[in-house]
Parts: sequence; structure tokens; C-alpha cells
Amino acid sequence: MTAQHRSDWLRIAPAFTAGVFLLPIGAGLIGTVLPAFGYLPAIGGNELSLAPWRVLVAHPGFATSVMLTLGTGVLTSLLAVILSVGFCAYAYGRPWARRIGAWLAPLLSTPHSALAIGFAFLILPSGWIVRAISPWLTGWTLPPDVSTVGHHTGLALVFGLLLKEVPYLILMIVSALNQVPAREHLTIARALGYSRAEAWVKAILPQIYPQIRLPIYAVIAFSLSVVDVGLILGPSNPPTLSVLAVRWFFDADIQMYFPAAAAACLQLLLVIATIVLWFSLERLLVIVGRRWIAAGGRDGLLSRLTLPTAVVTFTLFVVSLLAIVGMALWSVAAQWRYPDALPQAWTWANWMRRADSLPALSWTTLLIGMLATAIAVVLVLACLENEGRGERAGTGALWILYLPLLFPQIAFLFGAQVLLVRLELDGTLLAVVWAHLVFVLPYLFLSLADPWRAFDPRYARTAASLGASRFRVLFRVKLPILLRPLLIACAVAFAVSVGQYLATLFAGNGRVATLTTEAVTLAGGADRRVIGAYALVQSLFPFLVYLLAAALPALLYANRRGLTRWT
Amino acid sequence: MDLNGALRLAAVRIVLSGRELIAPLDLVVASGEQVTVMGPSGCGKSTLLAFVSGTLDPVFNASGRVLIGETDVTALPPERRRIGIQFQDDLLFPHLSVGENLAFALMSSVRGKEERRALVQQALIEAELDGFVDRDPVTLSGGQRARVALMRTLLSEPKVLLLDEPFNKLDAQLRNEFRRFVFEHAAARGLPTLLVTHDAADAAAAGGRVIRLGNG
Repeated sequence: MTAQHRSDWLRIAPAFTAGVFLLPIGAGLIGTVLPAFGYLPAIGGNELSLAPWRVLVAHPGFATSVMLTLGTGVLTSLLAVILSVGFCAYAYGRPWARRIGAWLAPLLSTPHSALAIGFAFLILPSGWIVRAISPWLTGWTLPPDVSTVGHHTGLALVFGLLLKEVPYLILMIVSALNQVPAREHLTIARALGYSRAEAWVKAILPQIYPQIRLPIYAVIAFSLSVVDVGLILGPSNPPTLSVLAVRWFFDADIQMYFPAAAAACLQLLLVIATIVLWFSLERLLVIVGRRWIAAGGRDGLLSRLTLPTAVVTFTLFVVSLLAIVGMALWSVAAQWRYPDALPQAWTWANWMRRADSLPALSWTTLLIGMLATAIAVVLVLACLENEGRGERAGTGALWILYLPLLFPQIAFLFGAQVLLVRLELDGTLLAVVWAHLVFVLPYLFLSLADPWRAFDPRYARTAASLGASRFRVLFRVKLPILLRPLLIACAVAFAVSVGQYLATLFAGNGRVATLTTEAVTLAGGADRRVIGAYALVQSLFPFLVYLLAAALPALLYANRRGLTRWT
Repeated sequence: MDLNGALRLAAVRIVLSGRELIAPLDLVVASGEQVTVMGPSGCGKSTLLAFVSGTLDPVFNASGRVLIGETDVTALPPERRRIGIQFQDDLLFPHLSVGENLAFALMSSVRGKEERRALVQQALIEAELDGFVDRDPVTLSGGQRARVALMRTLLSEPKVLLLDEPFNKLDAQLRNEFRRFVFEHAAARGLPTLLVTHDAADAAAAGGRVIRLGNG
């Protein structure tokens, strides 16, 4: 009977939203697969053939690229899972870990490329770590002749990726923990004689794994196919597969487009294969794990492993912090020669010199971020409000939501660009906003969904019985009470947009410049003072937005203690 | 029976996944009359109230009509039915002050700041909470919040009052006082009142007919 009251226009919200980003992904995939097999009439490819694949395979260093991609991707994913699980097993329930979400969120709002740039400076042979201990400890008056950043094994890339992926998985685990009676189960398990870490891994992890499965797959896809961090920290020759693809895509010889598309396709296949492999491993682990848990061993290796993993994870946090601080120092350094631990002279000149370019870049970045977030908020709220009247979005919808995060960006951004060129929209702000929207929307939805659904429905019922229309209930009751979760979700969305590299590059066809595209381009350069300034602004932006999101509700509702449940 | 302003339920039937929760129910609650609905947990008492107020979850299959006097409100959205509802939690909006909570109920017919303020003030005096207009609801005691919640509902000038176990969270002493408060105000305004409870003392205090649902 209440079905009559369901707003009809609201019902199309989920379908419309799904369309908004399934369309680019679908069109993008087609636009990448076809050229991979030689079909792109616009540049002379008129018939399907395997020639692009032959070019790809024949490329010197192809095998190394593939091995490198798989190696770094799989290693990063494994380490990310082990470190985040180990950290949570160690930290859960301890008093200092209670607000861990609040501490990690600013780290997550920092664009990955900014972290990578700062990290590169830390670990370079002439970098901060070496400077801090030279020459008094090491005797190196000149930087040692080793390779760290760009090392051919890709280890620098792995470490750089972990800087952000571990906090991401930790936050996903923390939110999954809210769905199960974790504290009670932990208490029971410990009362049965299991150590805190063992209790966590044996009793709680199996319960929450289904909820962190999709985030883990997203980490796998990202680690295998990342471009911006790969450009900054990964080896240059031969590079990872997606870096190779991007290089060929922007090659002066337009015929390189075809092998580039083939490389992107191969990248997609690698991601799919790895996820399938991981899934099979899950199944195996379930069987083995059950037996292990049922065996009842209580003082095993596990309890001893969690402290080391927690220490490593802490190191990651410290490294991230140092990375940002390093960039900040560079941006105000007049001169910072090796082997000084700190700059000899300070100056604002670096910032003054950037006074022409930074404001415009910042404004573009801000505008794109705000537009993408605003559109996403409207769509997500429409979907969530529609949910409240009936069916809740099931797991199928969750998979759809995660799709942009599971496909390697390069696999569909290629084709999306072809589509945009066709529509003569490429290089426009609108195209870039749309491309960002595809990635912003899932994060916004995931951020907002739980608090929104947890809202006591009786408030709305009471307000309705007092005569408030649906609009009034939404704007005068629900939104004010849920202001903090909403603003935080917007801050997350904004951070995702600021950090986008490939999306801006492809949708903007190289014509739209944001802080991130500029920073990544400059990262290869020699003047770290310039890089420092850009990387710092790149990090500050989302961080400030996040601070605002956290502080604004506290200010507005300073005299409303009843809202602390949501704050 | 004088049907003027009475609440009438006609052949109300509620089904959940094939199981009949509420068999076809015909009920008339006259103006100023208080009818109690009792039954064990899960028998559908609150669901019945949800149906009457128009906020029934779509998973339920419901049929029947709800009428207030001669007006059939079955097809109307909840905000147009003029049916007030009280829950066991006061559900005062945490982001508004006590006065703002009360003013929230005044929207439709009242215009002008002065008049609104006067009405809110009057309601506060009636609830013996004069001076509380700018207070944060969470600083009030349970009994005070319950009184504000009822005054808020009454300020929206409902034609019917639904009470979903509203006395549950109050201790024995407060319970008596608040019960008297509610029934006095409801009777004074001539509101047909439907009370849902599992406590026999509430039913006795209401003094009206008792309908039993479920096996009870």
C-alpha cells in the first residue's frame, strides 16, 4: 500500500546511476578490445588482425614487463593483505586503536602520486634517509651508486603502493568489523585460551572476509595496473605493462595505438586471471583453514607474527608522514645539498615562482572535484532514498559499484577516449568530470551507505506524522542529523577525484591539467623544490577538505550533544 | 455510535510472506475514546499502527481501509493523514532545541513568528517545562523528554493519536504520571486514541475497550 507513495522519478535512480558508469566502462572496453585486434577506422585500422599482438610480443623486454607486472602486483596484494590483517589482529581492542579510522583517513585523502613522489625522495641514494645518516654513519660523502627508485625488481614500486593500500584495507576491515559482534566473539575466544591475535584471525577474520573480498580485489586490480605510481617509482626500461601501454598510446607514431590497446587488453586479462587465482586460493584456504582452526592449537606462530607485522605497518605510516614532510621542506628550501639532513637555506621563492601556475591548476582541480562530488552526491542520495522505500541494493549491486575499481583503468579509459573523440567531447571539462565521476561514485556510495541505512526510520515516521513532506523530512531532519557522515563521504569523494591521473589524462586528451597530472609529469625532473611545492599542494587540498568535513558539524552542532552518536 | 471524527478501520488485513499477521479487523474508535490493542511480541501490534499511520514497510501485504470520520485516508501519504504517533523513545530531533522541535510541528497552518513562539510557549507551560525553549533535548530527563514529545505531536493538531508502547522506557512512578498526562490531553482534545501495549496496567489506566491480537 505504501508502494503508491514511492516517488516514480526516484525509482529510476539506481538504474540511471548504474548507467552513468556502466556505459563508459562498457563502451570503453569495446573501444579498447577492437583496436587491440586492429580495428579502428579513424586511423586506418579497417580489419581485424593479430598484428598488434605480434608487435606487442615482439617488443624487446615484453616478457620482463609481464613478469614485472605480475610480480609487483601479486607481491603488493599479498603483503597488503598480510600487513593489514596482522595489524588489525594486533591492534583490535587496544585503547590506542580506537580512533584509528580518524588517524588513517587524512592519509587516505592524500593522492597516491604525491605520496610516491615524497617516498621517492626518501629512498633515493641521495635521498633523505641516506642524508640523515651520512656521512657520520656510513662514510658516504657522495651518494652511493645503487638503484632504489626505479630498481628493476620493482621493489620500490611495491613499497610505494603499500603506503596507501595497507591503510585502505585497514579501514575496510574496520568498517566490516562494525557489522559483526566482534568484541563479544573476541572475548569468548580469549576466554577459551586463545591469544588476542589468534582469536582475531580464527574467529573474526573468517566472518568479515566476505565484506573485505571486494576491496581486496580492488587492491589486486590496482596493484597490477597502476600507472602514476609506476611512472614515479617503477623501473623505466622495461616498465610495467600499463606504463608501456600509456607510453605507446601517447607515442608520436599513431600506429602505436594498436599495440597499446593490445597491451591494455593483456593487462585486463592479467587482472582477471589473478583475481580468479586469488579466488581459488580462497577456496583452498577455507578447507585448510577449517582444519587448522578445528585443530585447536593455541600458542602458535601466529601470535608471534602479528607484532612484527604491526611494526612494519607502523613503519609504513611513519614513512608516509616523512614523505609529506620531506616535500614540504623541499618546497621552502633555497638549497639542500647532499649530505645535509636539512636544507641550508630557506626561502619562499619557490612558492612565489609558482604563483602563476598553481592557482589555475588548483582551481581546475577544485572545480572538477566539486562537480564530480556534487553529481555523485545527488545520484547516491537518490539511490539510498529509493532504497528506503523497499528493496535494498543487494550483492549484485555491490559488484556493479565496484566494477570501475576492478577493471584496470587503462583497459577502459582507452576506449572511453575513443568514444569521447567521436562525440567531440574529449578535452572538455565535462568529459573529465564524467571520467572522475566513474571512480568517485563507488567510494561515495560505500562511504555513505552504512550510516545512511543505520538511520533510525522512526525519525522520518515521526516527522511525517507531524505533517512534514518527504522533501522536508530529507532536508530538515535526515540531512542535518547525518551531516557528518555525508560531509566525510564528500571529502572521500573529493580526494578520489584529486588523485585521479589516467582519467584526467585520457578524458582530457592531455589538454586538461590538474595538480596531479602536473605533479606526475614533473616527478621525473631534477628540481625537487618545484616538485615539492606541487606535491604539497596536491596533498593539502584533500586534507583541508577532510578537516573541514570533520570540523564543520562539530562547529554547527556545538550545543547539540545528542548528535554525538553520528559524530 | 457517533462517527463524527472517529477512527475507523475497515477489513484491515496484513500478511507477511504468506503468513497472516492480522486477520480482517473492523474497529471503530470514537472521538475521545481510548482503545487498547494487546498481544504477545511479534503479533503485529506495531505493524497495525504502521499501517494506520501510512508508514507500513512494503514487505508487508496489506488490505483494508482507514477512515477518519467520513474521510478515507488509506490512499494518502503519511504526512497528509493528520495521524499523530508516539513511540517508546521520545525521538526528539537531536539537532534542534526543545523549542525548535515543538515549532517543527507547527508548519502547515501557522504563520508568523510571534504566533509560533506563543504556541510553543503555551505548549511548554502545559507540559510544566516553561523556560526550556532553547535547551538541548539531550539535557532533559526521560520524563521531560516524553512530555515534550507528546506536546510536539499535539501541536500538529492531529485528528487521531496512535501510541506505540510509549510508556515502556519510563520507570513506574514516571509511568503513572505520564500516562495520566497523555490520556488527559487526548481526551481534552477529543482524539480517538489507539494504544498498543503489552502491559495490562496501561490498558487498565486507559479504561477503554481492549482488543487482543494473536493468540492472546
